[in-house]
Amino acid sequence: MKKFKLSGDSVISGVIKICGYSSILFVTLILIFLLREGLPALASVPLSSLFSTVWYPIEGYFGILPLIGGSLLVTIAATIIALPFGIGTAVYLSEIAPRWMKEILKPVVEILAGIPSVVLGFIGILVLVPFLRKTLHLATGLTGFTGAILLGLIAIPTIVSIAEDALNNVPPAYRQAGLALGATRWQTMWGVTLPAAKTGVLTAVMLGIGRALGETMAVMMVTGNAPVMPDQWNSLFLPIRTMTATIASEMGEVATGSAHYQLLFFIGILLFLMSLIINVAASLASTKQRKRAERILS
Amino acid sequence: MRKVLIVIGGILFLLLAGCSGRSQEAGSAVTPSQNNAYIENKGSDTIVNLALAWAEAYQKVEPGVSISVTGGGSGTGLTALVNKTVDIANASRQISPEELASAQAAGLDPQEFVIARDAIAVIVNPENPVEHLSLEQLSKIYRGEINNWSEVGGEDRPIVRLSRETNSGTHVYFLDAVVRLGNSQDKAIFSRDTLLLPSSEGIIAEVRDNPNAIGYDGLGYVTSEVKMVAVSGLEHPDDYVLPSAATVTNGTYVISRSLYMYTQNPPVGAIKDYLDWILSPDAQKIVVDLGFVPVK
Repeated sequence: MKKFKLSGDSVISGVIKICGYSSILFVTLILIFLLREGLPALASVPLSSLFSTVWYPIEGYFGILPLIGGSLLVTIAATIIALPFGIGTAVYLSEIAPRWMKEILKPVVEILAGIPSVVLGFIGILVLVPFLRKTLHLATGLTGFTGAILLGLIAIPTIVSIAEDALNNVPPAYRQAGLALGATRWQTMWGVTLPAAKTGVLTAVMLGIGRALGETMAVMMVTGNAPVMPDQWNSLFLPIRTMTATIASEMGEVATGSAHYQLLFFIGILLFLMSLIINVAASLASTKQRKRAERILS
Repeated sequence: MRKVLIVIGGILFLLLAGCSGRSQEAGSAVTPSQNNAYIENKGSDTIVNLALAWAEAYQKVEPGVSISVTGGGSGTGLTALVNKTVDIANASRQISPEELASAQAAGLDPQEFVIARDAIAVIVNPENPVEHLSLEQLSKIYRGEINNWSEVGGEDRPIVRLSRETNSGTHVYFLDAVVRLGNSQDKAIFSRDTLLLPSSEGIIAEVRDNPNAIGYDGLGYVTSEVKMVAVSGLEHPDDYVLPSAATVTNGTYVISRSLYMYTQNPPVGAIKDYLDWILSPDAQKIVVDLGFVPVK
């Protein structure tokens, strides 16, 4: 009987182990595939053409700079929009909100996370685009800024749930000590709790940025997709084209193995690298946190 | 241990239940009639509504044949044809030499059928006072040489150029026929700030809402919420003509083209019957109903 129990355990733990390793395997396979399909682009498209500013692939213009610029611009703008709302909501949920409010607000934020981005894009086209064009007196409402607002909405739930966890993990003794020293509630939040959870909050922001960078559908629907180099002061309020939207809208038509095809995979590699950097930065931040906490406790 | 067994048993049960359900479905799909067939039809977004209407009407003619219609763009459809994932590809442009070469490399012999004609309507917001444009003005607008509506007789407003994505046959046709004015030596391309929208609906939505916008779309897609612009050709620059079935047929409306269906090989069986029916008067009547121009 005991023997059988052991083998049952080992079967289950074996299955779980395979599940765990499988994600490493998948990432590796995806990376190999991306590299195999994308790297030949460096050979078939001269670098001077690759780092130019005209993207019109059906006529052989393969400048990816406007796409990289477009992605960075909307992602940064989305982060600036999502940051105050995300962290503000997390602080409110964890520090201020009464229990009943928390019970309403948390599920609502989770529902926001669950709204398909295509639905957000649809609302964007019908409501946000005309609204922004009229209120900001723009030539068109299909701009990077419109995309940034939607991306901000998409990134907020990620930031809220992870930052709130970080804030909840701050030992209550910190708050009590702050209040006992005569600090107001606001001073305690701003000066004690938030700094104590700083690296957890930083992780939340990084993951939010990663979410915004990879988003495709909503961005494709509202940014206008014009491959213009965002090099003017008002570029955020002009149409732009992101890397993800480019891959999504052009992948279906390219002939397998053509320079254009390889280049779309090359853009995929760049996106992969960018999100890798963001994830590594996030995990560096969180491991640093643990070490410092250990130091304080010891 | 018992828990483990229950879990495994549950998983097995679910797997088995799943299998049996699927096999039943598969069984019932085969039964109805002898001459049933399944035709996969994909491609041009310009043609997709027409293809859907045909597929629906064909249900009454030949109930055993089920036809699945999807859009995605001419390039998407032709690529799928080359990859042998569709039986009929819809295209609003002719197959390109590269696509033909890769189809032949895959052992196919693609066949072309002209199934309807289409006018590309140039559309603006109803508030825009501009009623007509010459082909040359259109070319300059889309090349980025004319940037304000006042230069073509409108109000002092910036021009927002809208286009379909580059995988659209309409985009490629418009580039050749309008931006380059049919001159194959010309290497001009769309102005870089041209908005590339992923769907016909996206273009209609933006033109309907934005008085600065100019767009183009298949005649069949134009709704009454946007305004069509009369266009004159290069030979008679003062004869402005609105697109319609009549002006396409008599050749006075210049931005018009043929619409195509491609098969992998010379069609046989159900696919041949379907294509023959499409060219019949009954099916060509549907072409007129949807705002396209019949071939006969």
